[in-house]
Amino acid sequence: MKETPLSNCERRFLLRAIEERKRLDGRQSYDYRNVRISFGADYGCCIVELGRTRVLGQVSCELVSPKLNRATEGILFFNLELSPMAAPAFEPGRQPELLVKLNRLLERCLRNSKCIDTESLCVVAGVKVWQIRVDLHLLNHDGNIIDAASIAAIVALCHFRRPDVSVQGEEVTLYTPEERDPVPLSIHHMPICVSFAFFQQGTYLLVDPSEREERVMDGLLVIAMNKHREICTIQSSGGIMLLKDQVLRCSKITGVKVAEITELIQKALENDRKVRKEGGKFGFAESIPNQKISAFKMERAPVDTNDVEEQAEEIIMKADPPSDFVAKPILRMPGTAQIGEGLENSWGDFEESEREEEEEGNSDDATTSGGQKMETEEINIVSKTKKDDDTIILSDSEEEEVVILEPEETHKKTRTHTTTKQENSSKKAFNKKRKKKRATH
Amino acid sequence: MAKVLSEETGALPVEERVGQVVLPGDVLLLPSHPEADGERLWLGPGAALPGRLVCGPGLRSCGAGLLVTKCGLLRHRQPGGAGGGSGGAYWVDSQQKRYVPVKGDHVIGIVTLKAGDIFKVDVGGSEQASLSYLAFEGATKRNRPNVQVGDLIYGQFVVANKDMEPEMVCIDSSGRANGMGVIGHEGLLFKVSLGLIRKLLAPNCEIIQELGQLYPFEIVFGMNGRIWVKAKTIQQTLIVANILEACEHMTAEQRTQAFAKLSER
Repeated sequence: MKETPLSNCERRFLLRAIEERKRLDGRQSYDYRNVRISFGADYGCCIVELGRTRVLGQVSCELVSPKLNRATEGILFFNLELSPMAAPAFEPGRQPELLVKLNRLLERCLRNSKCIDTESLCVVAGVKVWQIRVDLHLLNHDGNIIDAASIAAIVALCHFRRPDVSVQGEEVTLYTPEERDPVPLSIHHMPICVSFAFFQQGTYLLVDPSEREERVMDGLLVIAMNKHREICTIQSSGGIMLLKDQVLRCSKITGVKVAEITELIQKALENDRKVRKEGGKFGFAESIPNQKISAFKMERAPVDTNDVEEQAEEIIMKADPPSDFVAKPILRMPGTAQIGEGLENSWGDFEESEREEEEEGNSDDATTSGGQKMETEEINIVSKTKKDDDTIILSDSEEEEVVILEPEETHKKTRTHTTTKQENSSKKAFNKKRKKKRATH
Repeated sequence: MAKVLSEETGALPVEERVGQVVLPGDVLLLPSHPEADGERLWLGPGAALPGRLVCGPGLRSCGAGLLVTKCGLLRHRQPGGAGGGSGGAYWVDSQQKRYVPVKGDHVIGIVTLKAGDIFKVDVGGSEQASLSYLAFEGATKRNRPNVQVGDLIYGQFVVANKDMEPEMVCIDSSGRANGMGVIGHEGLLFKVSLGLIRKLLAPNCEIIQELGQLYPFEIVFGMNGRIWVKAKTIQQTLIVANILEACEHMTAEQRTQAFAKLSER
């Protein structure tokens, strides 16, 4: 679907509001929206909500052979997907350039900053290492995807537990979660991205732009920092000219914001750990609240359930039992099968033409029996595999293979007959099948 | 057919279901259709002919009754004047965000393209609506309306079905604008759900009256979920917009509390 265009009216209003230092949702220029982190039942699964923007993060691991030039390091793989449910503009086939930009930024932020110790992911040097895969899905787009995605990625990585491995000489033992508790990844620091939107050629600055503000902004500056005030990545897009002191000011703001967000993440992880240890309920079903629309509320109506059981029994006694449903096809004769009883065949006109086809068919039979040998082996294999599925594919197209169920003895003659007939003309095959269908009624 | 339906699907007479939740697939029997011979004429005491029954959104007529196609609350409105029990209108109050163009609806659209004689307007549906440049009040071939790409238009649909591209106009049947046309350049446009719009457009809506006592403002409602607001200052415009968006999830008491807080300032 095409994106809803932005009207001149909205653009003008937004720019004027920003000049007066007012944002649509009442925030200040340097305010972040509410960040909510909730964890799923599995380790490594989390949902991060930044206002109305929601990102789902999932971490998984696998043992693979390492890259040739990095034999002692594990492999990290990041993938962000813009789901079509996030915004009408995201279509499943065409992924916009935005996706490429976001993926690149995430990779630079998390991989190049070496926040995860890849040496610790090595099991046997040169033979087996852990491949950690982080999948992020955007569930709702209300601006500032990159911040939400970076928070989701680092939270999921901190929350994840990989199976324990022990190496004794030549022997490598991989323990299941039941044998030994899974082990967390070794993470050095937590880089978090903070976005700044610039308006009117850099005069006005907003932190954490919402979707509307992103549409009217001139340029975007993203700074990824950890709580030790080390800059991991910095990227400016949109082609705006930034002054030195603007960039310095942004980095100071980033330091403050990152400290707040890191504290929030630590608290959330701690809460989840406590709940799991005490045996309480955890997972999305508990942490994500039910959202109700209170506009259309109805008073609870009392339901009379006094004699429901008697009524139900009456209905069950009176109702007819469901008819036996025959799912398996019935094999009547070689080359045909039938599922259920079809309707009466209404093609009465074809009797004459079919008699002609029968004569032709018989003559063909005799001539093609010679050429069986080449195709029989192939056909046998095909018929065997198809038999396992117990499916009938009846199609009239020449491109698709005609699959016919055979009864227990394979009739090679019939098989060859049909395939060569297909080669000759589709019409003949069509009539032949129709004739066979008629024969079974 | 009606008898079979009532036994199998538990169809109830429609009066019993008014005000209750109905689900798609429910069949509602109309009283004025006797099942014996399916005669349409109902000769009751004092009634000459049954009035025309209007089958509103969410309902479709089938056989001897109405078939529900959307889930929501069933509503009924009595017709004015003679008619008694028959006639009137039934519809289903349902909630959704995606708009489907309906003939006669007044909507707010955004102009996306100017192509010769027509404008292409985005109304939030699956297709963009077309608007001819002559469909404005006082527009002639020499005197073209001043419409740019990105402007807001308030108009109504004259053609809106699933087989054709929707068409809208900015004049009514007598050629007068009647409030339609290009909406001014100031103000804020925002989107809400369709159910809230219908609630706000009800004849005596308390929300609008209470808001009106706070500040003076101009407001335009589009049935496609879009609202345009303009007040004296930007701050007031933002307040009105935020209240309307929040009304969806607030009960009446919460709303009065919010208004009380605002009027103190």
